[in-house]
Order: sequence, then C-alpha cells, then structure tokens
Amino acid sequence: MLPLIDVCIAGWGSYIPLYRITVEEIAKVWGKSAKHFKDELLIDEKAIAGQDEDVSTIAVEAAKNALRRACISPKRLGAVFVGSESKPYAVKPTGTIVAEAIDATPRVLAADLEFACKAGTECLQCCTGLVGSGMIEYGMAIGADTAQGAPADALEFSAGCGGTALIVGQKKKTKDPVATLEGSVSYVTDTPDFWRRPKKEYPSHAEAFTGEPAYFTHTVSASKMLFEELSLKPSDFKHAVFHQPNGKFPIRAAKYLGFKREQIDAGLLVPSIGNLYSGSSITGFSAVLDVAKPGDRIFLVSFGSGAGSDAFSFTVDDGILAKRDLAPTVERYIERKKNVDYAIYAKYRRKIVV
Amino acid sequence: MSVPRYWRNMPKREKLESKKCEKCGHVDFPPRARCLKCGSDALIPYTLPDRGKLTSFTIVRSAPKGFEKMTPYVLGVVELIDRTLITVQITDVDPSDVAIGMPLESVFRKVCEDGDCGIIEYAIKFRPAV
Ligand SMILES: [Zn+2]
Repeated sequence: MLPLIDVCIAGWGSYIPLYRITVEEIAKVWGKSAKHFKDELLIDEKAIAGQDEDVSTIAVEAAKNALRRACISPKRLGAVFVGSESKPYAVKPTGTIVAEAIDATPRVLAADLEFACKAGTECLQCCTGLVGSGMIEYGMAIGADTAQGAPADALEFSAGCGGTALIVGQKKKTKDPVATLEGSVSYVTDTPDFWRRPKKEYPSHAEAFTGEPAYFTHTVSASKMLFEELSLKPSDFKHAVFHQPNGKFPIRAAKYLGFKREQIDAGLLVPSIGNLYSGSSITGFSAVLDVAKPGDRIFLVSFGSGAGSDAFSFTVDDGILAKRDLAPTVERYIERKKNVDYAIYAKYRRKIVV
Repeated sequence: MSVPRYWRNMPKREKLESKKCEKCGHVDFPPRARCLKCGSDALIPYTLPDRGKLTSFTIVRSAPKGFEKMTPYVLGVVELIDRTLITVQITDVDPSDVAIGMPLESVFRKVCEDGDCGIIEYAIKFRPAV
C-alpha cells in the first residue's frame, strides 16, 4: 500500500513509566524459577505504571514529546488515533482525552482502535491514509498499553506499560521530515490465539498456539509481502523492528527472514521494559529513530493476536538530526527507573482490591 | 467533584490555562476575575510554563475522602519559570527524596476516580524533571 501523496514521519515521542519489577521478584511470589523468563524469553524486568497513570496519561506524554519534535501547533493535527487494549473506559474514547489534553480539539478526528498488540501500527496506517489522500495535514498515531497478565500466569512476567506517538505529515509540506514511508502492507486472518471477554480483568491465551500459527505466520507473511511489493530484501535495511512479546520471538522471526542480529538490536527493548502491547513495536521504532542516520532504511512489523501484522518500510531523512534532541529518548526513559517489590506492584497495578 | 464542575475546570486543571494581567503582567493561578496584584480586569489568556522548582511541600499521610489509597503523597508549591506560584501534587517521587529547589516538570496524570462507575479525573501534576 502506498498513498497518493508522499507521507513522512514529522515527529516521534515515547513514554515509559518510572517503575520496574524484575522477573525474579514475580517468580519468587509464585514459587517459579526466573531462569526460563530470563534465559529463554530474555526478559529481565518490565515497566509498570504508577498509581496515577493509565493509557490516557501515557498517551498524552508520548504525544507531547512527538509534538515537541514535530515543531507544529497541535491545532494542525487533523486526527488523533489511540491504539490500546487497556482503555481507561470501556465506553468513552481515550482519543478525546488525549486530543483535549494536548490542545488539538475541537477540529480533529479522534478515535480508539483495538487489535491486541497491533493497534498502534493500525493507527499509523489510518493516519497514512488520511494524510496521504490530502484529507488532513497531520495525523497522530499512538500505541499505548498498561497490559495485565493474570497473577502467576506466564503473561504476568512480560506485560509492561508504555507507549509511543508518531506524527504523520505530507512530505512536501513538512519542515524537516524525519523518515519517508516507502510502503506498507497489512496481513490478517481470524486466528484465536489470545483474547479477553467483556468484564474480564485478565486475558486468556491458547498457550503454544500463540507462536507458530499466530506470531510467526503473520509476522513472516506480512514481512515477505512487503519485501515483494517493494522489491527489497532484509540486507537493504539498516534497522528492523518486530513486535516483541518476549525476546525469543522477534529474534527467531528476524533470523528466519534473513536479518542479522545487529539489525534488530536498536529496536529490541523487551528485556528491560517488557511487552508494551500496542506500544511494543512502535516504541522499538521510536528507539531506532533516536539513533538512526539520514539515509538508513528501517523495517517495522507489528503483530496483534486475533490475528494480524502491519509491515512498513521507511527511509530516514536529514530532518531527523534537528529534531532528535527536542524530547527525551526512549533510552533516557529506560535509564530513569525505580524498582519496586511485588507488594507495591500489586498496589499500583490493582492486583489487590484497594 | 460533579461532572459539570470537573468539565468546566478542565482547561486550568489539565492544560494550566490561566489569565495574565495586561496592565501589570501578574499571573494568578487559578485564574481570577480581577488581577490580585493591581485590581485590573484587563486580563488576557495565558498558559503557564511546564517547568519550575519546588519551593515548599508537605507529605500527606492522612488524606481527604477519595485520596485515602494514594497515601503517602506529596503536595507542593512550585515556582514556575515565569515566577508564578502554583500548589500542585508532586508525583513519581518517594516522599523521602523530596527536596526544596528540585527541578520539576508538568505531567498529565490521573487524580481520582468516582468509584467504579463514575468518571476518571485527570489534571496536571509535577514530577522531578526527566
Ligand atoms: Zn495586574
């Protein structure tokens, strides 16, 4: 897919909460070994939101950082999309809360999207369509989550909190474009690997079924479709970013497709912050923009259970250099941390009814 | 807080929107009908800056209704870079690490929830600068 008008990333920004819990601390409570999570899934600790944070507050901070880098008035945003599976309200858009808080209201399209971990890149596809057809000047795509795993479930060791906002603009009209979209594809099927029914606090998953027929099939198929459409191959990219529910899956998918380890390192964040769900792959992409050089080509592929993947190819523009220092990098947020024990985690994440 | 009252207060609580005196330049927060310094009613819209430093604080251990589960939390007076003073909650900080003079920046955070069924209230708080 490629829009009629060339679109670019005009600004990017992320947010990761202050608090962390290690897999050892979680394993200790349930009498499990942390070894499997550390050595095989490559997760050391995960980021957790504080008591006064939710997807709205995470999205707002990421959005403000993206606006700082885009150097535009929020009133020029024609759309604000928030992708999440942990919306603060079951009914009432997060998009309006974010749009109001960043002063983009009222002449703006605001909406929430949900597709398990894929909603962030879906927002990016929607913004690309609106900007690339000339309907709006700039669009903001946000992926953010405060995902929860049931106590003692394998997901409890990986479900993290955080998110990223990307501002999409028309390339010709954007001052200092950051990266130009070369093309994208979306690949979806009805694959029930992970779900959450209404009014349930925690999701359910089909155990090993989440791997081969779900994550790998969709990630690999979308990636190959994109390479074919753009006549590109893995060695044409400087950086590649995958959805990262753990460290093992993206490393295996990348290797299978023919990427080398050094191509995925800059965007592989899951060992230190966990799986940010809708924010996972686009926060990896944000971390890559924090270090990428003009001329680099970047590959981005998401995955959301249910199931599907969106894949993108971008080439980095000179404008990235002038904008990088206008907001904190992902690395800065990862370094800024405070580890808490399971009791504080349980209070912050409402694992105990307070 | 009632829903209409929360909604009316959103510009100042969530975006720090206030008024500046056209005559003497003084800024009151929250905004007033007249300048508290010179009494003029010639006020223009003004958004407070997002950075400042802590000038005074207290640690709340015995909280008012609705905030009991948030204790202990820090309530501070922040002097913004334009010299405006605002009283605001300080977040993402351990009460034992709070210090007068610490550089702070604004963040959009959740204040409270009206039970399981009511609205979620958001406002600007301050935290140690990233
Ligand atoms: Zn005055």
